[in-house]
Amino acid sequence: MATVGRALLILALVVAAYGLLASIYGARARRPEWVASGRRSVYAVAALATGAFAILELAFLRSDFSFSIVASHSSTTTPTFYKAAAAWSSQEGSLLLWLWLLSLWSSLVLFFTRRQLRLVAPYATAVLLGFAAFFAGLLVFKASPFQTLAVVPAEGSGLNPLLRHPSMMIHPPMLYSGYTLFAIPFAFAIGALITRQVGAADWIRSTRRFALAAWFFLGIGVMLGARWSYMELGWGGYWAWDPVENASLLPWLTGTAFLHSIMIQEKRGMLKIWNISLVLTTGILAILGTFLVRSGILDSIHAFVGSSLGVPFVTLIGIMIAGSIGLVVWRREALRSENRLDSMLSREAIFLANNLVLVGLAFVVFWGTFWPLIAEALTGSRRALGPPWFDRYTVPLAIVLVLLSGIGPLIAWRRATAANARRNFLFPVGLALLLGVVLAALGVASRPLALAMFVCGAFVVFSVGQEFWRGVRVRRAMSGDGPLAALVALVGRNRRRYGGYLVHVGMAVLFIGIAASTAFNDTTDVRMSPGDKTTVGGYQFTYVKPTSDAAFSGAGNIEKISFGAVVTIRKDGKTVATLRPERGYYPSRDSSLGAVGRYFEGEATSEVGLKGGMRRDLWTAMTPNIRELQPVIDEADKAFATVAGQLNPEEAGALLGRTLRLLIDRYESEPPPATFRLITSPMVTWIWIGALIVIGGALIAMWPAPDAARRRATARLAARVAEDLGRTETRTA
Amino acid sequence: MHPARKRRIRLVVALSAAVILACALVYTSLSASNESVQPSQLTAAQSGVSYQLTGKVADGSVRERSGGVDFRVRDRTGARSVPVSYTGAVPDPFREGREVIVTVRKQGTMFVAERDSLITKCPSKFTEDSNQKS
Repeated sequence: MATVGRALLILALVVAAYGLLASIYGARARRPEWVASGRRSVYAVAALATGAFAILELAFLRSDFSFSIVASHSSTTTPTFYKAAAAWSSQEGSLLLWLWLLSLWSSLVLFFTRRQLRLVAPYATAVLLGFAAFFAGLLVFKASPFQTLAVVPAEGSGLNPLLRHPSMMIHPPMLYSGYTLFAIPFAFAIGALITRQVGAADWIRSTRRFALAAWFFLGIGVMLGARWSYMELGWGGYWAWDPVENASLLPWLTGTAFLHSIMIQEKRGMLKIWNISLVLTTGILAILGTFLVRSGILDSIHAFVGSSLGVPFVTLIGIMIAGSIGLVVWRREALRSENRLDSMLSREAIFLANNLVLVGLAFVVFWGTFWPLIAEALTGSRRALGPPWFDRYTVPLAIVLVLLSGIGPLIAWRRATAANARRNFLFPVGLALLLGVVLAALGVASRPLALAMFVCGAFVVFSVGQEFWRGVRVRRAMSGDGPLAALVALVGRNRRRYGGYLVHVGMAVLFIGIAASTAFNDTTDVRMSPGDKTTVGGYQFTYVKPTSDAAFSGAGNIEKISFGAVVTIRKDGKTVATLRPERGYYPSRDSSLGAVGRYFEGEATSEVGLKGGMRRDLWTAMTPNIRELQPVIDEADKAFATVAGQLNPEEAGALLGRTLRLLIDRYESEPPPATFRLITSPMVTWIWIGALIVIGGALIAMWPAPDAARRRATARLAARVAEDLGRTETRTA
Repeated sequence: MHPARKRRIRLVVALSAAVILACALVYTSLSASNESVQPSQLTAAQSGVSYQLTGKVADGSVRERSGGVDFRVRDRTGARSVPVSYTGAVPDPFREGREVIVTVRKQGTMFVAERDSLITKCPSKFTEDSNQKS
């Protein structure tokens, strides 16, 4: 099977290279049959990549350890869901996932636009096939997922325990969908520049939905990563300004700016250079994000090491940057705005300000992320910036961004009048300020930046609420519908607008959650034994008793040993939560560490104890002091080693099971002290709720409007009639 | 005012603002950042200055204590190591031989880490496969 997989990838590379040349030749020589052949090459690459990916998935599901990456990233004891997802936990598998998703999305967009964009599409096809050829080339020459082992091991290393979390398994496909979907507007923008079609609205309309989908998937990927960090990494945070985290945020920020500013181009024919630059930058940042994870050029918790992919990626990014700048300069005349800004008090001006803030945020994140390299160039020594530096710039910018996202929906296009401002702003501004006064009186004024975020966030919610209320009122007056039916009809008739408003509300809620949970959280690290108590944020945490468990694999082997604790949390004399944080120990495969000792020398993961709530999260993680059990572990290893040689494998397995059971019992009867991280953090749940609202809003905005669907059906019918007429005419002739 | 002159003034103002902002960014970045070093580069470390120390956790050096952990960090490729005393959350992947990044200040002979600054590289990521491939 590995040979078939390799052959499919080689074929994909050849077909992509052929399609690239065919598309360019077809466009230059005005030969539609070559253009069509180029487009079909994309479909063929998608089919070949699907075949290769299916073979890899099958190898993982069948635990075929003749595949090198299956042996090093899976095992027979890995649960089936994680076996399927383990394919993209490796460098090679994740590159194949990239190629597969890119070819699928490319096929989709080229299929939908097959009868449109006749000038732009061939060049866009060539760019997309260029990306496909690049990744297929990496998979063929640099990082083949179909490497096989000379000696097939009986068992694999297993998936890293830290990744055994549902959100971490869905996180990479979401991120890669975002990255690959951003390649589509990039490719069409290049096509539009080459063919001087930059002012045409059709390429923007055709690819905007893909840009929105890219933004949507990338956003989900970022949030899943944050959720995984909060639930799985045992430090209680969700964002650490790590270079690899930042790399995923960068295209999302510029993509958000693009989705807003493109509306100005559509409505007023303005900001063409800005828009094309944004879409090109976003495409480049998507590739940069993919590269940063693999290069090891920056010190990151997530960076892949030992990779030799740096040079090809730098070359690709260099070509993308040089090509983009060259094309924009070449076509600068065609990119002139058709209109000018009428007033600084207009929706266009607010969108422009929103764009500047988003690009400013992206620039700050980019600067902070690449500062070690910049500093090395400037001073000769590598220097690194920590979270406080990022917070200093991003927090004020985020507050302004939230404020603008509330003003945007209310202000008129072209020029706002005083009457318009009074009518639209009085209610939301008044209510938000009133809330601010109440919160300040309650003591929130001690954190002025958090207070500012709460007021701005509330302003967004009230302003959008007012827009919905007014829309429903008009709809009811026109149709006589009930409130709910009027709301559904209102949103259904203008999904893009009201979906967008919901996204604004979701972002405001999300930022309120971030502001509250960072400004008002209480964190304590404390060493406790059973019976010990400590107070954090007004809550009394009590370590009641130790817990332990052993998880068995299907073959009867012990997969994991868990040592944990029962922690009760009381406030005002009442028990508000009972949590059970654990630390799971997965055995090392190194038998020289001792039959028992190897269980505590492998990977260890935290299972946090969490009581989430709308007002506050109570969060705990614990690490038992295993060193105090070390004499017992050493003794067990010695005893086991002396008798193991005289036992058959079954007897040895049974003896090991009994020994581990004794150790587990010993932990419960004489528990060593454990270090606990105890956190009370307000409104963390609002972050996840905000993200869900954003997802809902984005889905509404992406869903085709009924009239658009009808237009498509009519166009299909017209095309069929034209085709039939053409046939009739040919026969008649 | 003539529109061309107006555009020139706007351009000059925008460029001046950009230059001022860029200078401010460089200045704050230089003053807020820590030098990134490996243990062998800490021989002339000054007391009270923060460094971002990167390297591997030396074998047999980890000692857990209340609220934190003491360990030695060695060069990625080399044996030179320095002692680090860390307080705060210990990341799950932290163990001997793993690559870590931690912000430290010299205090006597010891390097005291900034609270919660310890990060350990995720071992899931692409390491060169040591298995023999055909």
